[in-house]
Amino acid sequence: MSALAFADPTFESQTAFRRIMRAMSAPGTILACGEALAPPPPLARAAAAALLTLADFETPLWIAPSFPAAIGDYLAFHSGAPRADAPDKAAFALVDLSAGGLDLARFALGTAEYPDRSTTIVAQASTLAAGPRLRLSGPGLKSEATLAISPLPTDFVAQWAANRAGFPLGVDLIFVADARLAALPRSTTVTEGAR
Amino acid sequence: MNAKGAATSPQTEPPEIAARRRAMTLLARARRNELAEPIAKRWPDHGARDLKPIESGLVMLRGRIGGDGAPFNLGEATVTRAVIELPTGERGFAHILGRDASAARLVAIADALWQRETGDVETVILAPIAERLAAEAAKARAETAATRVDFFTLVRGEDAA
Repeated sequence: MSALAFADPTFESQTAFRRIMRAMSAPGTILACGEALAPPPPLARAAAAALLTLADFETPLWIAPSFPAAIGDYLAFHSGAPRADAPDKAAFALVDLSAGGLDLARFALGTAEYPDRSTTIVAQASTLAAGPRLRLSGPGLKSEATLAISPLPTDFVAQWAANRAGFPLGVDLIFVADARLAALPRSTTVTEGAR
Repeated sequence: MNAKGAATSPQTEPPEIAARRRAMTLLARARRNELAEPIAKRWPDHGARDLKPIESGLVMLRGRIGGDGAPFNLGEATVTRAVIELPTGERGFAHILGRDASAARLVAIADALWQRETGDVETVILAPIAERLAAEAAKARAETAATRVDFFTLVRGEDAA
Protein backbone atom coordinates (compact mmCIF):
# COMPACT_ATOMS: atom_id res chain seq x y z
CA MET A 1 0.00 0.00 0.00
CA SER A 2 1.55 3.25 -1.08
CA ALA A 3 1.13 6.25 1.17
CA LEU A 4 -0.93 9.15 -0.09
CA ALA A 5 -0.04 12.85 -0.20
CA PHE A 6 -2.32 15.91 -0.11
CA ALA A 7 -5.99 15.03 -0.68
CA ASP A 8 -6.54 18.47 -2.25
CA PRO A 9 -3.11 19.40 -3.66
CA THR A 10 -3.95 22.96 -4.70
CA PHE A 11 -5.39 24.27 -1.45
CA GLU A 12 -3.37 22.15 0.97
CA SER A 13 -0.05 23.06 -0.62
CA GLN A 14 -1.07 26.73 -0.64
CA THR A 15 -1.86 26.48 3.07
CA ALA A 16 1.48 24.83 3.75
CA PHE A 17 3.30 27.42 1.62
CA ARG A 18 1.64 30.24 3.55
CA ARG A 19 2.79 28.73 6.86
CA ILE A 20 6.35 28.17 5.63
CA MET A 21 6.48 31.78 4.42
CA ARG A 22 5.24 33.01 7.81
CA ALA A 23 7.79 30.85 9.60
CA MET A 24 10.58 32.22 7.34
CA SER A 25 9.54 35.85 7.80
CA ALA A 26 9.32 35.55 11.58
CA PRO A 27 12.17 33.20 12.56
CA GLY A 28 11.50 31.13 15.64
CA THR A 29 7.72 31.08 15.18
CA ILE A 30 6.46 27.51 15.57
CA LEU A 31 3.54 26.73 13.29
CA ALA A 32 1.42 23.66 12.68
CA CYS A 33 1.87 22.17 9.20
CA GLY A 34 0.86 18.96 7.45
CA GLU A 35 -1.54 17.82 10.18
CA ALA A 36 -3.66 15.87 7.68
CA LEU A 37 -0.78 13.95 6.06
CA ALA A 38 0.22 10.37 6.77
CA PRO A 39 3.70 9.93 5.24
CA PRO A 40 5.61 6.67 5.66
CA PRO A 41 7.55 6.60 8.96
CA PRO A 42 9.97 7.97 10.05
CA LEU A 43 9.21 11.02 7.89
CA ALA A 44 7.63 13.81 9.96
CA ARG A 45 4.29 15.17 8.76
CA ALA A 46 5.59 18.75 8.59
CA ALA A 47 8.67 17.60 6.63
CA ALA A 48 6.42 15.84 4.13
CA ALA A 49 4.19 18.92 3.86
CA ALA A 50 7.16 21.25 3.30
CA LEU A 51 8.79 19.08 0.64
CA LEU A 52 5.56 18.21 -1.17
CA THR A 53 4.79 21.94 -1.28
CA LEU A 54 8.21 23.28 -2.28
CA ALA A 55 9.93 20.55 -4.29
CA ASP A 56 9.05 19.86 -7.92
CA PHE A 57 10.65 18.59 -11.11
CA GLU A 58 13.05 21.55 -11.23
CA THR A 59 14.47 21.21 -7.71
CA PRO A 60 16.91 18.36 -7.02
CA LEU A 61 16.25 16.82 -3.63
CA TRP A 62 18.95 15.23 -1.46
CA ILE A 63 17.80 12.80 1.19
CA ALA A 64 20.15 11.80 3.99
CA PRO A 65 21.10 8.12 3.73
CA SER A 66 19.74 7.51 7.23
CA PHE A 67 16.22 7.59 5.78
CA PRO A 68 14.84 4.32 4.35
CA ALA A 69 14.34 4.04 0.57
CA ALA A 70 10.55 4.23 1.02
CA ILE A 71 10.89 7.91 1.98
CA GLY A 72 12.72 8.69 -1.27
CA ASP A 73 10.12 6.78 -3.30
CA TYR A 74 7.26 8.59 -1.55
CA LEU A 75 8.71 12.06 -2.13
CA ALA A 76 9.75 11.30 -5.72
CA PHE A 77 6.34 9.87 -6.62
CA HIS A 78 4.31 12.70 -5.13
CA SER A 79 6.54 15.73 -5.76
CA GLY A 80 8.24 14.64 -8.99
CA ALA A 81 11.55 16.05 -7.72
CA PRO A 82 14.72 14.40 -9.07
CA ARG A 83 17.23 13.02 -6.57
CA ALA A 84 20.45 15.00 -6.13
CA ASP A 85 23.50 12.72 -5.87
CA ALA A 86 25.37 15.11 -3.57
CA PRO A 87 24.21 17.59 -0.92
CA ASP A 88 25.93 20.52 -2.66
CA LYS A 89 23.88 19.90 -5.82
CA ALA A 90 20.54 19.98 -4.03
CA ALA A 91 17.91 22.71 -3.99
CA PHE A 92 16.26 20.96 -1.04
CA ALA A 93 17.68 18.51 1.45
CA LEU A 94 16.09 16.29 4.05
CA VAL A 95 18.17 15.40 7.11
CA ASP A 96 17.38 13.60 10.35
CA LEU A 97 18.96 15.29 13.38
CA SER A 98 18.28 12.19 15.50
CA ALA A 99 20.48 10.13 13.17
CA GLY A 100 23.65 12.14 13.65
CA GLY A 101 25.38 15.37 12.80
CA LEU A 102 24.52 18.22 10.53
CA ASP A 103 27.31 19.78 8.50
CA LEU A 104 25.98 22.97 6.93
CA ALA A 105 29.13 23.51 4.83
CA ARG A 106 28.36 20.33 2.81
CA PHE A 107 25.35 21.96 1.19
CA ALA A 108 25.11 24.44 -1.70
CA LEU A 109 25.67 27.99 -0.47
CA GLY A 110 24.74 29.77 -3.69
CA THR A 111 27.02 31.95 -5.77
CA ALA A 112 27.72 35.68 -5.62
CA GLU A 113 25.65 36.18 -8.79
CA TYR A 114 22.86 33.83 -7.67
CA PRO A 115 22.74 33.58 -3.86
CA ASP A 116 19.32 31.93 -4.24
CA ARG A 117 20.95 28.80 -5.70
CA SER A 118 21.54 27.44 -2.24
CA THR A 119 20.11 24.45 -0.40
CA THR A 120 17.08 24.79 1.82
CA ILE A 121 17.50 22.11 4.45
CA VAL A 122 14.51 20.44 6.07
CA ALA A 123 15.92 19.16 9.36
CA GLN A 124 13.83 16.69 11.29
CA ALA A 125 14.10 16.96 15.09
CA SER A 126 12.11 15.40 17.89
CA THR A 127 11.12 18.70 19.50
CA LEU A 128 11.25 22.41 18.67
CA ALA A 129 10.42 23.71 22.15
CA ALA A 130 12.00 21.46 24.77
CA GLY A 131 15.73 21.41 23.96
CA PRO A 132 18.63 23.74 24.81
CA ARG A 133 17.53 27.30 24.23
CA LEU A 134 18.76 29.30 21.22
CA ARG A 135 18.26 33.08 21.07
CA LEU A 136 17.46 34.50 17.64
CA SER A 137 17.74 38.06 16.38
CA GLY A 138 17.81 39.74 13.00
CA PRO A 139 15.43 40.77 10.22
CA GLY A 140 11.81 39.95 10.99
CA LEU A 141 12.35 40.01 14.72
CA LYS A 142 11.44 43.15 16.68
CA SER A 143 12.73 41.62 19.90
CA GLU A 144 14.62 38.39 20.50
CA ALA A 145 12.91 35.09 19.75
CA THR A 146 13.84 31.68 21.04
CA LEU A 147 13.88 28.15 19.71
CA ALA A 148 14.68 25.03 21.70
CA ILE A 149 15.43 22.29 19.21
CA SER A 150 16.52 18.82 20.24
CA PRO A 151 18.55 16.93 19.21
CA LEU A 152 20.95 19.46 17.71
CA PRO A 153 24.69 19.08 16.98
CA THR A 154 26.82 20.56 19.79
CA ASP A 155 28.64 22.86 17.35
CA PHE A 156 25.44 24.12 15.72
CA VAL A 157 25.78 27.73 16.97
CA ALA A 158 29.35 27.95 15.63
CA GLN A 159 28.29 26.40 12.30
CA TRP A 160 25.40 28.83 12.05
CA ALA A 161 27.70 31.79 12.80
CA ALA A 162 29.91 30.69 9.90
CA ASN A 163 26.82 30.39 7.68
CA ARG A 164 25.66 33.86 8.80
CA ALA A 165 29.11 35.33 8.10
CA GLY A 166 28.86 34.35 4.44
CA PHE A 167 25.70 36.42 3.89
CA PRO A 168 24.19 36.86 1.30
CA LEU A 169 25.36 33.31 0.63
CA GLY A 170 24.36 30.48 2.91
CA VAL A 171 21.75 27.82 3.57
CA ASP A 172 18.28 28.27 5.03
CA LEU A 173 16.89 25.81 7.55
CA ILE A 174 13.38 24.56 8.16
CA PHE A 175 13.19 22.62 11.44
CA VAL A 176 10.36 20.14 11.72
CA ALA A 177 9.07 17.96 14.53
CA ASP A 178 6.01 15.82 13.80
CA ALA A 179 3.39 18.27 12.48
CA ARG A 180 5.12 21.50 13.53
CA LEU A 181 7.77 23.60 11.85
CA ALA A 182 9.98 26.62 12.48
CA ALA A 183 12.40 28.30 10.12
CA LEU A 184 15.88 29.76 10.40
CA PRO A 185 16.69 31.91 7.37
CA ARG A 186 20.32 32.79 6.65
CA SER A 187 19.75 36.38 7.82
CA THR A 188 19.09 35.36 11.43
CA THR A 189 21.77 35.52 14.11
CA VAL A 190 21.76 32.72 16.67
CA THR A 191 23.33 32.83 20.13
CA GLU A 192 23.24 30.29 22.91
CA GLY A 193 20.82 31.31 25.64
CA ALA A 194 20.60 30.40 29.30
CA ARG A 195 17.80 28.06 30.18
CA MET B 1 10.68 16.79 -24.17
CA ASN B 2 14.34 17.65 -24.22
CA ALA B 3 17.28 15.97 -25.94
CA LYS B 4 16.92 13.00 -23.59
CA GLY B 5 13.64 12.18 -25.35
CA ALA B 6 15.59 10.83 -28.31
CA ALA B 7 16.98 7.97 -26.24
CA THR B 8 13.46 6.73 -25.44
CA SER B 9 11.85 7.29 -28.84
CA PRO B 10 9.40 4.64 -30.05
CA GLN B 11 12.05 3.27 -32.43
CA THR B 12 14.69 2.42 -29.82
CA GLU B 13 12.75 1.57 -26.66
CA PRO B 14 12.73 -1.98 -25.28
CA PRO B 15 9.81 -4.19 -26.40
CA GLU B 16 8.06 -4.28 -23.01
CA ILE B 17 7.91 -0.49 -22.97
CA ALA B 18 6.73 -0.43 -26.58
CA ALA B 19 3.93 -2.86 -25.66
CA ARG B 20 2.87 -0.72 -22.71
CA ARG B 21 3.00 2.40 -24.87
CA ARG B 22 0.75 0.74 -27.44
CA ALA B 23 -1.73 -0.33 -24.77
CA MET B 24 -1.81 3.11 -23.12
CA THR B 25 -2.21 4.82 -26.51
CA LEU B 26 -5.23 2.66 -27.33
CA LEU B 27 -6.70 3.19 -23.86
CA ALA B 28 -6.28 6.96 -24.10
CA ARG B 29 -8.35 6.93 -27.30
CA ALA B 30 -11.06 4.67 -25.90
CA ARG B 31 -14.64 5.82 -25.47
CA ARG B 32 -15.88 5.69 -21.92
CA ASN B 33 -18.32 2.79 -22.51
CA GLU B 34 -15.59 0.76 -24.20
CA LEU B 35 -13.89 0.70 -20.79
CA ALA B 36 -16.76 0.95 -18.32
CA GLU B 37 -18.67 -2.06 -19.63
CA PRO B 38 -15.83 -4.63 -19.85
CA ILE B 39 -14.37 -3.53 -16.52
CA ALA B 40 -17.75 -3.74 -14.78
CA LYS B 41 -18.40 -7.17 -16.34
CA ARG B 42 -14.99 -8.83 -16.09
CA TRP B 43 -13.32 -7.05 -13.13
CA PRO B 44 -16.23 -5.79 -10.97
CA ASP B 45 -14.15 -5.99 -7.78
CA HIS B 46 -10.84 -4.52 -8.98
CA GLY B 47 -10.60 -2.47 -5.74
CA ALA B 48 -8.55 0.36 -7.30
CA ARG B 49 -7.54 3.21 -5.00
CA ASP B 50 -6.58 6.73 -6.13
CA LEU B 51 -2.90 7.45 -5.36
CA LYS B 52 -3.22 11.07 -6.47
CA PRO B 53 -6.41 13.06 -6.74
CA ILE B 54 -7.67 13.14 -10.34
CA GLU B 55 -6.69 16.50 -11.80
CA SER B 56 -7.39 18.41 -15.00
CA GLY B 57 -4.79 20.77 -16.40
CA LEU B 58 -3.19 22.05 -19.54
CA VAL B 59 -0.31 20.66 -21.55
CA MET B 60 1.53 22.56 -24.24
CA LEU B 61 1.33 20.84 -27.61
CA ARG B 62 4.44 21.23 -29.73
CA GLY B 63 4.58 20.85 -33.46
CA ARG B 64 7.14 20.66 -36.25
CA ILE B 65 6.39 21.60 -39.84
CA GLY B 66 7.08 18.68 -42.14
CA GLY B 67 8.30 16.56 -39.23
CA ASP B 68 11.81 18.01 -39.27
CA GLY B 69 11.31 21.76 -38.81
CA ALA B 70 12.09 23.68 -35.65
CA PRO B 71 9.62 22.79 -32.85
CA PHE B 72 7.09 25.47 -31.99
CA ASN B 73 4.28 25.74 -29.46
CA LEU B 74 1.06 24.90 -31.27
CA GLY B 75 -1.36 25.53 -28.42
CA GLU B 76 -2.59 24.13 -25.14
CA ALA B 77 -4.82 21.13 -24.66
CA THR B 78 -6.88 20.17 -21.63
CA VAL B 79 -5.81 16.85 -20.16
CA THR B 80 -6.96 14.87 -17.15
CA ARG B 81 -4.59 12.71 -15.14
CA ALA B 82 -5.41 9.75 -12.94
CA VAL B 83 -3.08 7.50 -10.93
CA ILE B 84 -4.49 4.43 -9.21
CA GLU B 85 -3.18 1.36 -7.42
CA LEU B 86 -4.70 -2.11 -7.39
CA PRO B 87 -4.74 -4.12 -4.14
CA THR B 88 -2.12 -6.40 -5.79
CA GLY B 89 0.29 -3.46 -6.13
CA GLU B 90 0.14 -2.54 -9.83
CA ARG B 91 0.04 1.18 -10.50
CA GLY B 92 -2.04 2.46 -13.39
CA PHE B 93 -1.47 5.84 -15.01
CA ALA B 94 -3.67 7.76 -17.43
CA HIS B 95 -3.45 11.03 -19.25
CA ILE B 96 -6.44 11.65 -21.51
CA LEU B 97 -7.65 14.62 -23.50
CA GLY B 98 -10.58 16.46 -21.99
CA ARG B 99 -12.01 16.87 -18.52
CA ASP B 100 -13.75 13.54 -17.93
CA ALA B 101 -12.38 12.47 -14.53
CA SER B 102 -14.25 9.15 -14.39
CA ALA B 103 -13.02 8.21 -17.87
CA ALA B 104 -9.43 8.99 -16.83
CA ARG B 105 -9.88 6.76 -13.81
CA LEU B 106 -11.17 3.91 -16.00
CA VAL B 107 -8.15 4.27 -18.30
CA ALA B 108 -5.81 4.10 -15.30
CA ILE B 109 -7.60 1.02 -13.98
CA ALA B 110 -7.36 -0.66 -17.39
CA ASP B 111 -3.63 0.19 -17.52
CA ALA B 112 -3.05 -1.42 -14.11
CA LEU B 113 -5.13 -4.48 -15.07
CA TRP B 114 -3.11 -4.77 -18.30
CA GLN B 115 0.07 -5.06 -16.24
CA ARG B 116 -1.48 -7.86 -14.17
CA GLU B 117 -3.50 -9.74 -16.80
CA THR B 118 -2.09 -8.65 -20.15
CA GLY B 119 -3.77 -11.32 -22.28
CA ASP B 120 -7.27 -10.82 -20.87
CA VAL B 121 -7.12 -7.05 -21.17
CA GLU B 122 -5.84 -7.34 -24.74
CA THR B 123 -8.83 -9.46 -25.83
CA VAL B 124 -11.59 -7.96 -23.66
CA ILE B 125 -10.70 -4.26 -23.82
CA LEU B 126 -7.96 -3.43 -26.30
CA ALA B 127 -8.97 -5.55 -29.31
CA PRO B 128 -12.43 -3.88 -29.75
CA ILE B 129 -10.85 -0.42 -29.42
CA ALA B 130 -8.14 -1.23 -31.98
CA GLU B 131 -10.81 -2.61 -34.31
CA ARG B 132 -12.95 0.53 -34.06
CA LEU B 133 -9.96 2.84 -34.59
CA ALA B 134 -8.83 0.83 -37.64
CA ALA B 135 -12.37 0.96 -39.09
CA GLU B 136 -12.55 4.71 -38.51
CA ALA B 137 -9.17 5.24 -40.15
CA ALA B 138 -10.18 3.12 -43.14
CA LYS B 139 -13.45 5.05 -43.51
CA ALA B 140 -11.61 8.37 -43.39
CA ARG B 141 -9.17 7.12 -46.01
CA ALA B 142 -12.02 5.92 -48.25
CA GLU B 143 -13.86 9.23 -47.92
CA THR B 144 -10.72 11.17 -48.71
CA ALA B 145 -9.94 8.96 -51.69
CA ALA B 146 -13.44 9.58 -53.11
CA THR B 147 -12.79 13.31 -53.28
CA ARG B 148 -9.50 12.95 -55.15
CA VAL B 149 -9.14 15.29 -58.11
CA ASP B 150 -6.70 14.72 -60.94
CA PHE B 151 -5.55 18.09 -62.21
CA PHE B 152 -4.67 18.71 -65.83
CA THR B 153 -3.89 21.94 -67.59
CA LEU B 154 -6.12 23.61 -70.17
CA VAL B 155 -4.39 25.78 -72.67
CA ARG B 156 -6.44 28.97 -72.73
CA GLY B 157 -4.36 30.76 -75.33
CA GLU B 158 -4.69 34.25 -73.73
CA ASP B 159 -0.94 34.74 -73.41
CA ALA B 160 -0.35 33.78 -76.99
CA ALA B 161 -2.72 36.39 -78.40
